[in-house]
Amino acid sequence: MHEMGIAMQIVEIAIASIPADLENARIDRVNLKVGKLAAVVPESLRFCFQIAAQDTPLHHADLHIEEIPVIARCTDCQVEWTVHEPVFRCEQCSSGSVEVISGRELDIISIEVVDEDTTDAD
Amino acid sequence: MPTDMYKTQRYYHHKDFQKPSHFHAGNGVVTESKKRGSREIKIARKVLDVNDAMAQQNRDMFAEKGVFVINVMSSPGSGKTAILEKTLSHITHEVRSAVIVGDICTSNDADRLSGFGAPVVQINTDAFGGDCHLTAHVIKTAAGNFNLDEFDLLIVENLGNLVCPAEFDMGENLRVVVLSVTEGEDKPLKYPLMFRVCHAALLNKIDLLPHLDYDRETAVQNIRKVNPQMPIFEISARTEEGFDSWIEWLMQKLHG
Repeated sequence: MHEMGIAMQIVEIAIASIPADLENARIDRVNLKVGKLAAVVPESLRFCFQIAAQDTPLHHADLHIEEIPVIARCTDCQVEWTVHEPVFRCEQCSSGSVEVISGRELDIISIEVVDEDTTDAD
Repeated sequence: MPTDMYKTQRYYHHKDFQKPSHFHAGNGVVTESKKRGSREIKIARKVLDVNDAMAQQNRDMFAEKGVFVINVMSSPGSGKTAILEKTLSHITHEVRSAVIVGDICTSNDADRLSGFGAPVVQINTDAFGGDCHLTAHVIKTAAGNFNLDEFDLLIVENLGNLVCPAEFDMGENLRVVVLSVTEGEDKPLKYPLMFRVCHAALLNKIDLLPHLDYDRETAVQNIRKVNPQMPIFEISARTEEGFDSWIEWLMQKLHG
């Protein structure tokens, strides 16, 4: 529901990360990690990103989303497992003392930049 | 909108608290050439790190002032405001309390929560773009309405929404989710993040159980699947059934 705000934040971070020496840089890909437990719908985020990227150096950029599985760890017996259903009880010892060690990511990993001056020169 | 947005983002000033303070053009590390004329620039940042940093500032500020902050979340209509009315009526004679209440529109909830001896600030997020949740900077601004030295407890009633508020840290000490028996028993399974991040669940409107086909036991089991160790208080904001346990737990957390 808040994907537009997140998309705008991604555009902002991406633009601010363009190296200063690339005056006519165009970003053609943004690499993102999104955990499956994050309250973000990838399709909705892609749609919002297209709108947020208009009239910016990202307007042709692809948003590449790597979905990260939910992995839990039992703090009693230390076993780790991938959570497919929303059940957070240890599969081995039934302990309810469980921590989520991945699956909440919402990280911008990198951008791929094309220097349009360089491209033109080729 | 996009054109204006780009302009404002391109030329923001660092003092603007909504914007990241550590953005510098060219701070990325160029690591490899993906293809001819293209290079990958590593960033490795949380998209929400601006909010997270502000939340930590809030947390430090509240700790310094000795204010305990709870964030109450639920779907619309579960009874958050009614629960807070009754909660305030139980505690304000002994706990110096203040309230921040968030809605997209109207000051109805602030009107209802006034009159219990606790000052109330209403946030309408339409002024912030119609957000579906409260964020750390909104809480910081709202808290500026209070002299925090005068309070021990700050209750934040979030917007009715089981999705987005779970993602946004505001700097609170405690998160509470309300589920009412007029909603589906499977809500915890449908919105697992909310039930994972909260420290307690209030199952509200239990006075209605005789009139409903609601399977209370299934609802409780579903909460326990998502968060096996979370305390669950079965309450009715109308009859105040179950309030003694809820208030006692809240006071333990406050004084603990």
